[in-house]
Amino acid sequence: MSTLKIIGIGNPDRGDDALGPAVIATLATDPPAAAELATVSGDMLALLEQWQSDDAVFLVDALAPGQAPGQVVRLDAGRDVLAQELANFASSHAFNLAEAIELGRALGRLPATLVVYGAEGVSFEPGAALNPAVSAAVAEIARRLREDCRVCTKRH
Amino acid sequence: MTERRRIKVDYMARVEGEGALDIAIEGDRVTDVKLKIFEPPRFFEAFLQGRHFTEAPDITARICGICPVAYQMSAVHALEHACGVRISGPLRTLRRLLYCGEWIESHVLHIYMLHAPDFLGVHNVVEIAQSQPAIVERGLRLKKAGNAIVALLGGREIHPINVRVGGFYKIPSRAEFKALAATLEAAREDALATVAWVSGFDFPDFTRDYELVALRHPDEYPFNEGRIVSNRGLDIEQADYHDHFEESHVEHSTALHCRLRARGHYHVGPLARFALNHDRLGALAREAAASAGLGADCRNPFQSIVVRSIEVVEAVDEALRILSNLEFPDTPYVAVEPRAATGLAATEAPRGLLHHTYRINADGLIEHAQIIPPTSQNQASIEDDLGAFIAPRLDLDEAALQWQCEQAVRNYDPCISCSTHFLKLNVTRQ
Repeated sequence: MSTLKIIGIGNPDRGDDALGPAVIATLATDPPAAAELATVSGDMLALLEQWQSDDAVFLVDALAPGQAPGQVVRLDAGRDVLAQELANFASSHAFNLAEAIELGRALGRLPATLVVYGAEGVSFEPGAALNPAVSAAVAEIARRLREDCRVCTKRH
Repeated sequence: MTERRRIKVDYMARVEGEGALDIAIEGDRVTDVKLKIFEPPRFFEAFLQGRHFTEAPDITARICGICPVAYQMSAVHALEHACGVRISGPLRTLRRLLYCGEWIESHVLHIYMLHAPDFLGVHNVVEIAQSQPAIVERGLRLKKAGNAIVALLGGREIHPINVRVGGFYKIPSRAEFKALAATLEAAREDALATVAWVSGFDFPDFTRDYELVALRHPDEYPFNEGRIVSNRGLDIEQADYHDHFEESHVEHSTALHCRLRARGHYHVGPLARFALNHDRLGALAREAAASAGLGADCRNPFQSIVVRSIEVVEAVDEALRILSNLEFPDTPYVAVEPRAATGLAATEAPRGLLHHTYRINADGLIEHAQIIPPTSQNQASIEDDLGAFIAPRLDLDEAALQWQCEQAVRNYDPCISCSTHFLKLNVTRQ
Protein backbone atom coordinates (compact mmCIF):
# COMPACT_ATOMS: atom_id res chain seq x y z
CA MET A 1 0.00 0.00 0.00
CA SER A 2 1.43 3.35 -0.97
CA THR A 3 2.25 5.89 1.70
CA LEU A 4 2.71 9.65 1.61
CA LYS A 5 5.87 10.62 3.49
CA ILE A 6 7.45 13.97 4.25
CA ILE A 7 11.02 13.79 5.54
CA GLY A 8 12.92 16.78 6.91
CA ILE A 9 16.69 16.45 6.67
CA GLY A 10 19.20 18.31 8.82
CA ASN A 11 20.53 19.06 12.25
CA PRO A 12 18.13 21.21 14.28
CA ASP A 13 21.03 22.67 16.27
CA ARG A 14 23.12 23.94 13.35
CA GLY A 15 21.61 27.24 12.25
CA ASP A 16 19.93 27.06 8.84
CA ASP A 17 20.60 23.32 8.61
CA ALA A 18 17.44 23.15 10.75
CA LEU A 19 15.29 23.99 7.70
CA GLY A 20 14.10 20.39 7.20
CA PRO A 21 13.24 19.66 10.85
CA ALA A 22 11.62 23.13 11.14
CA VAL A 23 9.30 22.39 8.21
CA ILE A 24 8.33 19.09 9.83
CA ALA A 25 7.67 20.87 13.15
CA THR A 26 5.49 23.42 11.35
CA LEU A 27 3.49 20.72 9.59
CA ALA A 28 3.14 18.75 12.83
CA THR A 29 1.05 21.53 14.37
CA ASP A 30 -1.71 20.58 11.93
CA PRO A 31 -0.60 17.39 10.19
CA PRO A 32 -1.72 16.93 6.58
CA ALA A 33 -4.18 14.04 6.30
CA ALA A 34 -2.61 10.64 5.54
CA ALA A 35 0.96 11.97 5.56
CA GLU A 36 3.74 10.44 7.65
CA LEU A 37 6.19 13.03 9.01
CA ALA A 38 9.81 12.18 9.84
CA THR A 39 13.19 13.80 10.36
CA VAL A 40 16.58 12.41 9.37
CA SER A 41 20.11 13.58 10.02
CA GLY A 42 23.49 12.03 9.44
CA ASP A 43 23.86 9.10 7.11
CA MET A 44 21.90 9.80 3.94
CA LEU A 45 22.26 6.20 2.80
CA ALA A 46 19.64 5.34 5.41
CA LEU A 47 17.13 7.25 3.25
CA LEU A 48 17.02 4.31 0.86
CA GLU A 49 15.47 2.29 3.66
CA GLN A 50 12.80 4.92 4.32
CA TRP A 51 10.49 4.24 1.40
CA GLN A 52 8.83 1.55 -0.70
CA SER A 53 8.59 1.59 -4.47
CA ASP A 54 4.98 2.82 -4.59
CA ASP A 55 5.33 5.59 -1.98
CA ALA A 56 5.09 9.33 -2.60
CA VAL A 57 8.00 10.98 -0.78
CA PHE A 58 8.76 14.66 -0.20
CA LEU A 59 12.20 15.58 1.16
CA VAL A 60 13.20 18.94 2.62
CA ASP A 61 16.84 19.96 3.03
CA ALA A 62 18.87 23.15 3.36
CA LEU A 63 21.06 24.21 0.43
CA ALA A 64 24.59 25.51 0.69
CA PRO A 65 24.92 29.31 0.74
CA GLY A 66 24.62 30.91 -2.67
CA GLN A 67 23.29 34.13 -4.10
CA ALA A 68 19.74 34.12 -2.76
CA PRO A 69 19.31 33.26 0.94
CA GLY A 70 16.03 31.53 1.63
CA GLN A 71 15.18 31.03 -2.04
CA VAL A 72 13.03 27.93 -2.35
CA VAL A 73 13.63 25.35 -5.05
CA ARG A 74 11.42 22.37 -5.85
CA LEU A 75 13.00 19.48 -7.71
CA ASP A 76 11.16 16.52 -9.17
CA ALA A 77 13.85 14.00 -8.29
CA GLY A 78 11.79 11.13 -9.65
CA ARG A 79 12.00 12.69 -13.09
CA ASP A 80 15.27 14.68 -13.13
CA VAL A 81 18.79 13.53 -12.44
CA LEU A 82 20.29 15.57 -9.63
CA ALA A 83 23.95 15.36 -10.62
CA GLN A 84 24.24 19.07 -11.26
CA GLU A 85 22.72 19.78 -7.87
CA LEU A 86 25.37 17.71 -6.04
CA ALA A 87 27.41 20.67 -4.91
CA ASN A 88 24.41 22.49 -3.48
CA PHE A 89 23.48 19.54 -1.33
CA ALA A 90 27.10 19.11 -0.18
CA SER A 91 27.27 17.57 3.25
CA SER A 92 29.92 17.23 5.89
CA HIS A 93 28.71 13.69 6.22
CA ALA A 94 30.28 11.17 3.93
CA PHE A 95 27.36 10.70 1.62
CA ASN A 96 25.05 13.51 0.64
CA LEU A 97 21.39 13.67 -0.28
CA ALA A 98 21.85 13.95 -4.04
CA GLU A 99 24.24 10.99 -4.06
CA ALA A 100 21.78 8.91 -2.06
CA ILE A 101 19.00 9.75 -4.51
CA GLU A 102 21.14 9.01 -7.55
CA LEU A 103 22.30 5.76 -5.99
CA GLY A 104 18.66 4.84 -5.43
CA ARG A 105 17.91 5.66 -9.08
CA ALA A 106 20.81 3.52 -10.34
CA LEU A 107 19.63 0.60 -8.21
CA GLY A 108 15.94 1.01 -9.11
CA ARG A 109 15.12 1.91 -5.54
CA LEU A 110 13.35 5.26 -5.86
CA PRO A 111 9.73 5.68 -4.78
CA ALA A 112 6.99 6.34 -7.36
CA THR A 113 7.04 10.05 -6.53
CA LEU A 114 10.10 11.81 -5.14
CA VAL A 115 10.14 15.57 -4.72
CA VAL A 116 12.89 17.57 -3.00
CA TYR A 117 12.34 21.01 -1.54
CA GLY A 118 15.42 23.07 -0.68
CA ALA A 119 16.22 26.59 0.40
CA GLU A 120 19.58 28.32 0.52
CA GLY A 121 20.93 28.71 4.02
CA VAL A 122 23.18 31.47 5.30
CA SER A 123 24.84 30.18 8.46
CA PHE A 124 25.32 26.65 9.75
CA GLU A 125 26.99 27.55 13.03
CA PRO A 126 26.22 25.39 16.08
CA GLY A 127 23.47 26.89 18.19
CA ALA A 128 22.62 29.64 15.70
CA ALA A 129 18.99 30.57 15.04
CA LEU A 130 17.37 30.33 11.61
CA ASN A 131 18.10 33.28 9.36
CA PRO A 132 14.89 35.34 8.82
CA ALA A 133 14.97 34.57 5.09
CA VAL A 134 15.19 30.87 5.87
CA SER A 135 12.37 31.16 8.41
CA ALA A 136 10.23 32.61 5.64
CA ALA A 137 11.25 29.67 3.45
CA VAL A 138 10.09 27.26 6.17
CA ALA A 139 6.61 28.78 6.02
CA GLU A 140 6.55 28.76 2.23
CA ILE A 141 7.71 25.15 1.94
CA ALA A 142 5.18 24.00 4.56
CA ARG A 143 2.41 25.77 2.64
CA ARG A 144 3.47 24.21 -0.67
CA LEU A 145 3.76 20.78 0.93
CA ARG A 146 0.20 21.03 2.20
CA GLU A 147 -0.91 21.72 -1.35
CA ASP A 148 1.21 18.79 -2.63
CA CYS A 149 -0.48 16.55 -0.05
CA ARG A 150 -3.93 17.65 -1.19
CA VAL A 151 -3.04 16.86 -4.82
CA CYS A 152 -1.55 13.46 -3.89
CA THR A 153 -4.52 12.52 -1.73
CA LYS A 154 -6.98 13.44 -4.51
CA ARG A 155 -4.98 11.47 -7.05
CA HIS A 156 -5.12 8.35 -4.88
CA MET B 1 63.66 29.33 -14.57
CA THR B 2 62.27 26.85 -12.06
CA GLU B 3 58.54 26.47 -12.42
CA ARG B 4 56.57 27.04 -9.25
CA ARG B 5 53.14 25.52 -8.86
CA ARG B 6 50.68 25.66 -6.07
CA ILE B 7 47.89 23.13 -5.74
CA LYS B 8 45.11 24.46 -3.61
CA VAL B 9 42.09 22.37 -2.83
CA ASP B 10 39.41 24.33 -1.03
CA TYR B 11 36.17 23.03 0.29
CA MET B 12 33.87 24.55 2.79
CA ALA B 13 31.54 21.90 4.02
CA ARG B 14 27.99 22.62 5.02
CA VAL B 15 28.15 21.86 8.69
CA GLU B 16 30.69 20.11 10.79
CA GLY B 17 33.66 19.39 8.59
CA GLU B 18 36.08 21.65 6.82
CA GLY B 19 39.13 20.47 4.98
CA ALA B 20 41.53 21.93 2.48
CA LEU B 21 44.73 20.89 0.84
CA ASP B 22 47.57 23.19 -0.10
CA ILE B 23 50.63 21.80 -1.83
CA ALA B 24 53.52 23.97 -3.00
CA ILE B 25 55.73 22.69 -5.80
CA GLU B 26 58.95 24.18 -7.06
CA GLY B 27 60.27 22.54 -10.20
CA ASP B 28 60.43 18.83 -9.46
CA ARG B 29 60.31 19.31 -5.69
CA VAL B 30 57.38 19.39 -3.26
CA THR B 31 58.27 22.20 -0.91
CA ASP B 32 55.24 22.21 1.37
CA VAL B 33 52.17 20.13 2.14
CA LYS B 34 49.42 21.37 4.40
CA LEU B 35 46.27 19.46 5.18
CA LYS B 36 43.85 21.78 6.88
CA ILE B 37 41.09 20.21 8.90
CA PHE B 38 38.50 21.72 11.14
CA GLU B 39 37.88 19.45 14.11
CA PRO B 40 34.49 19.67 15.82
CA PRO B 41 35.52 17.79 19.02
CA ARG B 42 37.15 20.96 20.38
CA PHE B 43 33.71 22.48 20.91
CA PHE B 44 32.55 19.37 22.67
CA GLU B 45 35.30 19.54 25.27
CA ALA B 46 33.89 22.92 26.29
CA PHE B 47 30.29 21.69 26.11
CA LEU B 48 31.18 18.89 28.52
CA GLN B 49 32.48 21.17 31.26
CA GLY B 50 29.91 21.52 34.02
CA ARG B 51 27.79 18.64 32.73
CA HIS B 52 27.10 15.58 34.86
CA PHE B 53 29.37 12.65 34.06
CA THR B 54 26.40 10.46 33.16
CA GLU B 55 25.62 12.81 30.25
CA ALA B 56 28.98 12.31 28.55
CA PRO B 57 28.05 9.25 26.43
CA ASP B 58 25.05 11.02 24.91
CA ILE B 59 26.90 14.31 24.37
CA THR B 60 29.99 12.72 22.82
CA ALA B 61 27.85 10.50 20.57
CA ARG B 62 26.97 13.68 18.69
CA ILE B 63 30.58 14.34 17.73
CA CYS B 64 30.49 12.01 14.76
CA GLY B 65 27.64 10.58 12.72
CA ILE B 66 29.86 7.81 11.44
CA CYS B 67 31.51 6.56 14.62
CA PRO B 68 29.37 7.68 17.60
CA VAL B 69 29.86 4.33 19.37
CA ALA B 70 33.61 4.94 19.54
CA TYR B 71 33.04 8.26 21.28
CA GLN B 72 30.56 6.67 23.67
CA MET B 73 32.88 3.76 24.44
CA SER B 74 35.95 5.91 25.13
CA ALA B 75 33.78 8.18 27.30
CA VAL B 76 32.26 5.44 29.46
CA HIS B 77 35.59 3.65 29.93
CA ALA B 78 37.34 6.87 30.95
CA LEU B 79 34.56 7.84 33.37
CA GLU B 80 34.43 4.35 34.87
CA HIS B 81 38.20 4.59 35.30
CA ALA B 82 37.70 7.85 37.18
CA CYS B 83 35.07 6.24 39.41
CA GLY B 84 37.11 3.10 40.07
CA VAL B 85 34.69 0.75 38.32
CA ARG B 86 35.58 -1.96 35.84
CA ILE B 87 32.81 -3.51 33.76
CA SER B 88 33.22 -7.23 33.16
CA GLY B 89 31.20 -10.27 32.13
CA PRO B 90 28.16 -10.04 29.85
CA LEU B 91 28.00 -6.22 29.89
CA ARG B 92 31.58 -6.02 28.69
CA THR B 93 30.81 -8.55 25.96
CA LEU B 94 27.74 -6.61 24.81
CA ARG B 95 29.85 -3.47 24.49
CA ARG B 96 32.15 -5.43 22.24
CA LEU B 97 29.17 -6.55 20.16
CA LEU B 98 28.03 -2.94 19.78
CA TYR B 99 31.49 -1.93 18.61
CA CYS B 100 31.38 -4.73 15.99
CA GLY B 101 28.29 -3.04 14.58
CA GLU B 102 30.00 0.30 14.27
CA TRP B 103 33.09 -1.13 12.59
CA ILE B 104 30.89 -2.86 10.02
CA GLU B 105 28.82 0.29 9.34
CA SER B 106 31.79 2.61 9.14
CA HIS B 107 34.20 0.38 7.23
CA VAL B 108 31.59 -0.70 4.68
CA LEU B 109 30.57 2.90 4.06
CA HIS B 110 34.19 3.81 3.43
CA ILE B 111 35.05 0.75 1.35
CA TYR B 112 32.05 0.82 -1.00
CA MET B 113 30.91 4.42 -1.09
CA LEU B 114 34.07 6.46 -0.64
CA HIS B 115 37.22 4.51 -1.36
CA ALA B 116 36.37 1.94 -4.05
CA PRO B 117 35.52 4.58 -6.70
CA ASP B 118 39.15 5.76 -6.53
CA PHE B 119 40.41 2.34 -7.54
CA LEU B 120 37.79 1.79 -10.23
CA GLY B 121 38.45 5.10 -11.96
CA VAL B 122 34.94 6.43 -11.45
CA HIS B 123 33.75 9.54 -9.69
CA ASN B 124 31.41 7.98 -7.16
CA VAL B 125 29.49 4.91 -6.13
CA VAL B 126 26.57 5.93 -8.33
CA GLU B 127 28.71 5.09 -11.34
CA ILE B 128 29.58 1.71 -9.82
CA ALA B 129 25.89 1.07 -9.23
CA GLN B 130 25.11 1.87 -12.86
CA SER B 131 27.53 -0.76 -14.17
CA GLN B 132 27.70 -3.26 -11.29
CA PRO B 133 24.53 -2.91 -9.20
CA ALA B 134 24.96 -6.32 -7.52
CA ILE B 135 28.23 -5.18 -5.94
CA VAL B 136 26.69 -2.04 -4.50
CA GLU B 137 23.65 -3.97 -3.28
CA ARG B 138 26.07 -6.27 -1.46
CA GLY B 139 27.67 -3.28 0.23
CA LEU B 140 24.29 -1.93 1.26
CA ARG B 141 23.27 -5.32 2.70
CA LEU B 142 26.49 -5.53 4.65
CA LYS B 143 26.16 -2.03 6.01
CA LYS B 144 22.61 -2.77 7.00
CA ALA B 145 23.85 -5.73 9.07
CA GLY B 146 26.12 -3.35 10.99
CA ASN B 147 23.23 -0.91 11.36
CA ALA B 148 21.11 -3.74 12.78
CA ILE B 149 23.59 -4.33 15.61
CA VAL B 150 23.84 -0.64 16.48
CA ALA B 151 20.08 -0.14 16.22
CA LEU B 152 19.40 -3.12 18.52
CA LEU B 153 21.98 -2.41 21.22
CA GLY B 154 22.30 1.32 20.74
CA GLY B 155 18.61 2.07 20.45
CA ARG B 156 18.94 3.62 16.99
CA GLU B 157 21.34 3.44 14.07
CA ILE B 158 22.81 6.95 14.27
CA HIS B 159 23.84 8.64 17.50
CA PRO B 160 22.84 5.72 19.77
CA ILE B 161 21.00 6.51 22.99
CA ASN B 162 21.19 3.24 24.94
CA VAL B 163 24.77 3.47 26.23
CA ARG B 164 25.35 4.66 29.79
CA VAL B 165 28.20 4.77 32.26
CA GLY B 166 28.09 1.31 33.85
CA GLY B 167 26.41 -0.49 30.93
CA PHE B 168 23.18 0.02 29.00
CA TYR B 169 19.78 1.52 29.75
CA LYS B 170 18.00 -1.54 28.36
CA ILE B 171 19.06 -5.00 27.22
CA PRO B 172 17.32 -6.38 24.11
CA SER B 173 15.31 -9.61 24.33
CA ARG B 174 16.57 -13.10 23.43
CA ALA B 175 14.27 -13.12 20.38
CA GLU B 176 15.80 -9.86 19.14
CA PHE B 177 19.35 -11.23 19.52
CA LYS B 178 18.31 -14.39 17.66
CA ALA B 179 16.99 -12.38 14.72
CA LEU B 180 20.24 -10.40 14.69
CA ALA B 181 22.28 -13.60 14.44
CA ALA B 182 20.30 -14.66 11.36
CA THR B 183 21.09 -11.29 9.69
CA LEU B 184 24.78 -11.66 10.48
CA GLU B 185 24.99 -15.22 9.16
CA ALA B 186 24.03 -13.84 5.75
CA ALA B 187 26.47 -10.96 6.15
CA ARG B 188 29.45 -13.27 6.62
CA GLU B 189 29.42 -14.33 2.95
CA ASP B 190 29.07 -10.72 1.86
CA ALA B 191 32.05 -9.78 4.02
CA LEU B 192 34.22 -12.49 2.49
CA ALA B 193 33.11 -11.49 -1.01
CA THR B 194 34.13 -7.92 -0.18
CA VAL B 195 37.67 -9.07 0.66
CA ALA B 196 37.90 -10.91 -2.67
CA TRP B 197 36.63 -7.81 -4.50
CA VAL B 198 38.93 -5.17 -3.01
CA SER B 199 42.05 -7.35 -2.93
CA GLY B 200 41.80 -7.51 -6.73
CA PHE B 201 42.23 -3.74 -7.11
CA ASP B 202 45.48 -2.29 -8.47
CA PHE B 203 47.51 -0.54 -5.77
CA PRO B 204 50.28 1.99 -6.32
CA ASP B 205 53.71 0.79 -5.27
CA PHE B 206 54.03 2.91 -2.14
CA THR B 207 55.30 1.68 1.22
CA ARG B 208 55.75 3.82 4.31
CA ASP B 209 57.91 3.37 7.36
CA TYR B 210 55.37 4.40 9.98
CA GLU B 211 55.47 4.15 13.73
CA LEU B 212 52.22 2.23 14.09
CA VAL B 213 50.22 2.76 17.29
CA ALA B 214 47.21 0.71 18.42
CA LEU B 215 45.71 -1.05 21.40
CA ARG B 216 46.82 -4.60 22.08
CA HIS B 217 44.87 -7.01 24.27
CA PRO B 218 46.14 -10.38 25.55
CA ASP B 219 43.37 -12.37 23.86
CA GLU B 220 41.31 -10.21 21.55
CA TYR B 221 41.55 -8.14 18.41
CA PRO B 222 41.25 -4.74 20.09
CA PHE B 223 38.06 -2.75 20.43
CA ASN B 224 37.61 -1.48 23.99
CA GLU B 225 40.63 -2.63 25.95
CA GLY B 226 44.35 -3.19 25.81
CA ARG B 227 47.69 -1.53 26.32
CA ILE B 228 48.81 1.17 23.89
CA VAL B 229 51.69 -0.32 21.90
CA SER B 230 53.75 0.49 18.82
CA ASN B 231 56.09 -1.31 16.44
CA ARG B 232 58.96 0.74 17.92
CA GLY B 233 58.72 -0.43 21.50
CA LEU B 234 55.98 1.73 22.99
CA ASP B 235 54.03 -0.37 25.51
CA ILE B 236 52.05 1.70 28.04
CA GLU B 237 48.88 1.73 30.09
CA GLN B 238 46.05 3.80 28.61
CA ALA B 239 46.22 6.03 31.68
CA ASP B 240 49.82 6.99 30.85
CA TYR B 241 48.91 8.35 27.41
CA HIS B 242 49.72 11.98 28.18
CA ASP B 243 53.19 11.05 29.43
CA HIS B 244 54.06 9.84 25.95
CA PHE B 245 51.88 11.84 23.56
CA GLU B 246 51.31 15.56 23.21
CA GLU B 247 49.04 17.78 21.18
CA SER B 248 50.35 20.94 19.59
CA HIS B 249 48.87 23.74 17.56
CA VAL B 250 50.02 24.27 13.99
CA GLU B 251 49.28 27.54 12.33
CA HIS B 252 47.58 26.16 9.23
CA SER B 253 44.95 24.10 11.02
CA THR B 254 42.42 24.46 13.78
CA ALA B 255 42.94 20.76 14.46
CA LEU B 256 45.68 20.03 16.93
CA HIS B 257 48.45 17.79 15.70
CA CYS B 258 49.39 14.96 18.02
CA ARG B 259 52.87 13.52 18.29
CA LEU B 260 54.82 11.02 20.29
CA ARG B 261 57.02 13.02 22.63
CA ALA B 262 59.97 10.74 21.92
CA ARG B 263 59.71 10.28 18.18
CA GLY B 264 57.17 12.59 16.57
CA HIS B 265 54.69 11.48 13.91
CA TYR B 266 52.86 8.18 14.13
CA HIS B 267 50.01 6.34 12.43
CA VAL B 268 46.78 4.95 13.90
CA GLY B 269 43.98 3.01 12.26
CA PRO B 270 43.46 -0.28 10.43
CA LEU B 271 47.07 -0.68 9.22
CA ALA B 272 48.35 -0.18 12.77
CA ARG B 273 45.79 -2.50 14.34
CA PHE B 274 46.44 -5.21 11.76
CA ALA B 275 50.23 -5.06 12.01
CA LEU B 276 50.18 -5.09 15.81
CA ASN B 277 47.33 -7.56 16.32
CA HIS B 278 47.34 -9.88 13.33
CA ASP B 279 47.76 -12.83 15.68
CA ARG B 280 44.60 -11.85 17.57
CA LEU B 281 42.30 -12.17 14.55
CA GLY B 282 39.88 -15.08 14.45
CA ALA B 283 40.55 -17.97 12.10
CA LEU B 284 38.15 -16.75 9.41
CA ALA B 285 39.68 -13.26 9.22
CA ARG B 286 43.21 -14.70 9.25
CA GLU B 287 42.31 -16.98 6.33
CA ALA B 288 40.71 -14.07 4.51
CA ALA B 289 43.86 -11.98 5.02
CA ALA B 290 46.03 -14.78 3.65
CA SER B 291 43.75 -15.23 0.64
CA ALA B 292 43.95 -11.48 0.01
CA GLY B 293 47.72 -11.72 -0.10
CA LEU B 294 48.36 -9.79 3.09
CA GLY B 295 51.27 -10.91 5.23
CA ALA B 296 51.42 -10.15 8.92
CA ASP B 297 52.09 -6.53 8.10
CA CYS B 298 50.94 -4.03 5.50
CA ARG B 299 52.58 -0.63 5.10
CA ASN B 300 50.95 0.51 1.88
CA PRO B 301 48.24 3.00 2.93
CA PHE B 302 46.39 2.41 -0.35
CA GLN B 303 45.83 -1.17 0.80
CA SER B 304 44.03 0.04 3.90
CA ILE B 305 40.86 -0.80 1.95
CA VAL B 306 41.89 -4.47 2.06
CA VAL B 307 42.69 -4.30 5.76
CA ARG B 308 39.32 -2.66 6.42
CA SER B 309 37.62 -5.51 4.58
CA ILE B 310 39.49 -8.01 6.80
CA GLU B 311 38.30 -6.10 9.85
CA VAL B 312 34.73 -6.30 8.55
CA VAL B 313 35.09 -10.10 8.37
CA GLU B 314 36.47 -10.07 11.91
CA ALA B 315 33.66 -7.85 13.19
CA VAL B 316 30.93 -9.99 11.61
CA ASP B 317 32.58 -13.19 12.82
CA GLU B 318 33.20 -11.84 16.32
CA ALA B 319 29.58 -10.65 16.54
CA LEU B 320 28.42 -14.15 15.62
CA ARG B 321 30.78 -15.71 18.18
CA ILE B 322 29.36 -13.41 20.85
CA LEU B 323 25.76 -14.15 19.86
CA SER B 324 26.32 -17.91 19.81
CA ASN B 325 27.50 -17.87 23.44
CA LEU B 326 25.39 -15.02 24.66
CA GLU B 327 25.06 -14.60 28.41
CA PHE B 328 22.53 -12.17 29.73
CA PRO B 329 23.59 -9.66 32.38
CA ASP B 330 21.67 -9.71 35.67
CA THR B 331 21.03 -5.99 35.34
CA PRO B 332 21.37 -3.65 32.32
CA TYR B 333 24.04 -1.65 34.13
CA VAL B 334 26.25 -1.47 37.17
CA ALA B 335 25.63 1.53 39.43
CA VAL B 336 28.59 3.93 39.25
CA GLU B 337 29.04 6.51 42.01
CA PRO B 338 31.10 9.60 41.22
CA ARG B 339 34.23 10.64 43.11
CA ALA B 340 36.69 13.44 42.60
CA ALA B 341 39.17 11.89 40.18
CA THR B 342 40.60 11.88 36.69
CA GLY B 343 39.85 9.03 34.31
CA LEU B 344 41.55 8.13 31.05
CA ALA B 345 40.75 5.54 28.41
CA ALA B 346 41.28 4.74 24.75
CA THR B 347 39.30 2.54 22.41
CA GLU B 348 39.74 1.67 18.76
CA ALA B 349 37.44 3.78 16.61
CA PRO B 350 37.14 2.42 13.06
CA ARG B 351 39.73 4.93 11.93
CA GLY B 352 42.07 4.53 14.89
CA LEU B 353 42.87 5.15 18.52
CA LEU B 354 40.46 7.52 20.26
CA HIS B 355 41.60 8.77 23.68
CA HIS B 356 39.41 10.52 26.27
CA THR B 357 40.41 12.16 29.55
CA TYR B 358 37.91 13.52 32.12
CA ARG B 359 38.37 15.19 35.48
CA ILE B 360 35.19 15.06 37.56
CA ASN B 361 34.39 16.38 41.03
CA ALA B 362 32.74 14.58 43.95
CA ASP B 363 29.30 15.61 42.65
CA GLY B 364 30.01 13.98 39.33
CA LEU B 365 30.32 17.24 37.39
CA ILE B 366 32.90 17.29 34.61
CA GLU B 367 35.58 19.92 35.25
CA HIS B 368 37.85 19.10 32.33
CA ALA B 369 37.56 16.99 29.20
CA GLN B 370 40.15 16.21 26.55
CA ILE B 371 39.27 14.22 23.45
CA ILE B 372 42.00 13.16 21.03
CA PRO B 373 40.46 11.74 17.87
CA PRO B 374 42.33 9.61 15.36
CA THR B 375 42.07 12.38 12.77
CA SER B 376 44.34 14.71 14.69
CA GLN B 377 46.75 11.87 15.44
CA ASN B 378 47.02 11.00 11.74
CA GLN B 379 47.13 14.50 10.33
CA ALA B 380 50.92 14.76 10.17
CA SER B 381 51.16 11.26 8.77
CA ILE B 382 48.75 12.18 5.97
CA GLU B 383 50.86 15.23 5.09
CA ASP B 384 53.99 13.07 5.04
CA ASP B 385 52.27 10.54 2.79
CA LEU B 386 51.13 13.22 0.38
CA GLY B 387 54.56 14.74 0.07
CA ALA B 388 56.26 11.40 -0.52
CA PHE B 389 53.58 10.09 -2.84
CA ILE B 390 53.27 12.98 -5.26
CA ALA B 391 56.99 13.88 -5.49
CA PRO B 392 57.65 11.25 -8.21
CA ARG B 393 54.31 12.01 -9.91
CA LEU B 394 54.61 15.73 -10.58
CA ASP B 395 54.57 15.23 -14.33
CA LEU B 396 50.90 14.28 -14.12
CA ASP B 397 48.39 16.86 -15.27
CA GLU B 398 46.46 18.78 -12.63
CA ALA B 399 43.36 16.61 -12.79
CA ALA B 400 45.31 13.38 -12.37
CA LEU B 401 47.43 14.88 -9.61
CA GLN B 402 44.39 16.06 -7.70
CA TRP B 403 42.77 12.66 -8.08
CA GLN B 404 45.82 10.96 -6.61
CA CYS B 405 46.12 13.49 -3.79
CA GLU B 406 42.51 12.96 -2.83
CA GLN B 407 42.95 9.22 -2.98
CA ALA B 408 46.00 9.44 -0.71
CA VAL B 409 43.93 11.42 1.80
CA ARG B 410 40.99 9.03 1.54
CA ASN B 411 43.29 6.15 2.48
CA TYR B 412 42.92 7.31 6.06
CA ASP B 413 39.34 7.46 7.26
CA PRO B 414 35.76 8.44 6.60
CA CYS B 415 35.94 11.68 8.53
CA ILE B 416 38.81 12.95 6.43
CA SER B 417 36.81 11.88 3.43
CA CYS B 418 33.95 13.99 4.71
CA SER B 419 36.05 17.10 4.50
CA THR B 420 37.68 16.31 1.19
CA HIS B 421 34.86 14.80 -0.79
CA PHE B 422 33.90 17.63 -3.13
CA LEU B 423 37.17 19.21 -4.00
CA LYS B 424 37.82 21.94 -6.47
CA LEU B 425 41.34 22.25 -7.77
CA ASN B 426 42.99 25.60 -8.21
CA VAL B 427 46.49 25.64 -9.58
CA THR B 428 48.43 28.86 -9.41
CA ARG B 429 51.53 28.96 -11.54
CA GLN B 430 54.09 31.53 -10.54
